[in-house]
Amino acid sequence: MIGIEHYVVVSSILFVLGVLGIFLNRKNVIVILMAIELILLAVNINLVAFSAFLHDLTGQIFAMFVLTVAAGEAAVGLAILVIYFRGRGTIAVDDVNRMKG
Amino acid sequence: MIHVIAFYLFAVMTIASGAITILSRNPVHSVLWLILAFFNAAGLMILVGAEFIAMLLVIVYVGAVAVLFLFVVMMLDIDFAELRAGFVKNFPLGMLVAIVLLAEMVLGIGAYKAGALQLGTPDGTAAQPAGTTNIEAIGALLYSRYLFLFEAAGVILLVAMIGAIVLTHRQRGDTRGQKISKQIARRPDEATVNVKPEVGKGVQL
Repeated sequence: MIGIEHYVVVSSILFVLGVLGIFLNRKNVIVILMAIELILLAVNINLVAFSAFLHDLTGQIFAMFVLTVAAGEAAVGLAILVIYFRGRGTIAVDDVNRMKG
Repeated sequence: MIHVIAFYLFAVMTIASGAITILSRNPVHSVLWLILAFFNAAGLMILVGAEFIAMLLVIVYVGAVAVLFLFVVMMLDIDFAELRAGFVKNFPLGMLVAIVLLAEMVLGIGAYKAGALQLGTPDGTAAQPAGTTNIEAIGALLYSRYLFLFEAAGVILLVAMIGAIVLTHRQRGDTRGQKISKQIARRPDEATVNVKPEVGKGVQL
């Protein structure tokens, strides 16, 4: 039978894949943002699984708030990406530190 | 039995498409695999009876976030081959961090399964009442106990929307925009003239 540990294993593998994605695509901001979405998805799976197996709906409500924050983060992140590209013609994040000052 | 098969199908598909998302050469393919990962995660959530969150995942992530990603990837003219340059160089460090993180999580799950962790138990006030659907129960909870949190989520979305618009909006010199103050300041007596032309003679404007 499928227990809570199955869900926790799936979500932790997904979380680690998201972290790995940030490390592997260090230059490409778009894929970094997608990796962050994967991490948030893993968190959501975890919240929903615990909520369902412990019979408490609070976890699902919090999953909804995580979803809200993920949507806002994607919108603002991609907007920053667009203006960064407009000013520089590339999205390589290595030289973002030139922005200071 | 079907439940187990469905779980393993959705779980394997979620993890596989997540892996292809971060390893894919082409970001457009990455977005499409990300959409598949979201769909399969929604399937996983349906299997435990969280229908509302599953539908929300499909609507918000696939319908809004993934399309936004796709839009940005296709709109910006980016040389993606150049951006992949550090991929092999970063691989060992990334794998190291990933393996350490995974080992820690396996330890945590093992401790949880062995019963060594004393987690708080829910007091039952937020349990789904018998005879109600998932959506009904979530709605009842969201609009009573979590009302202010719910409104705060709305404020977050509003701020994100305004932020995105302010960031990407630019004033361009070569367009003739609408001048609202000038439009409002117009009065009928200075804008229109009443003429009574005679038959057969035109109107001088």
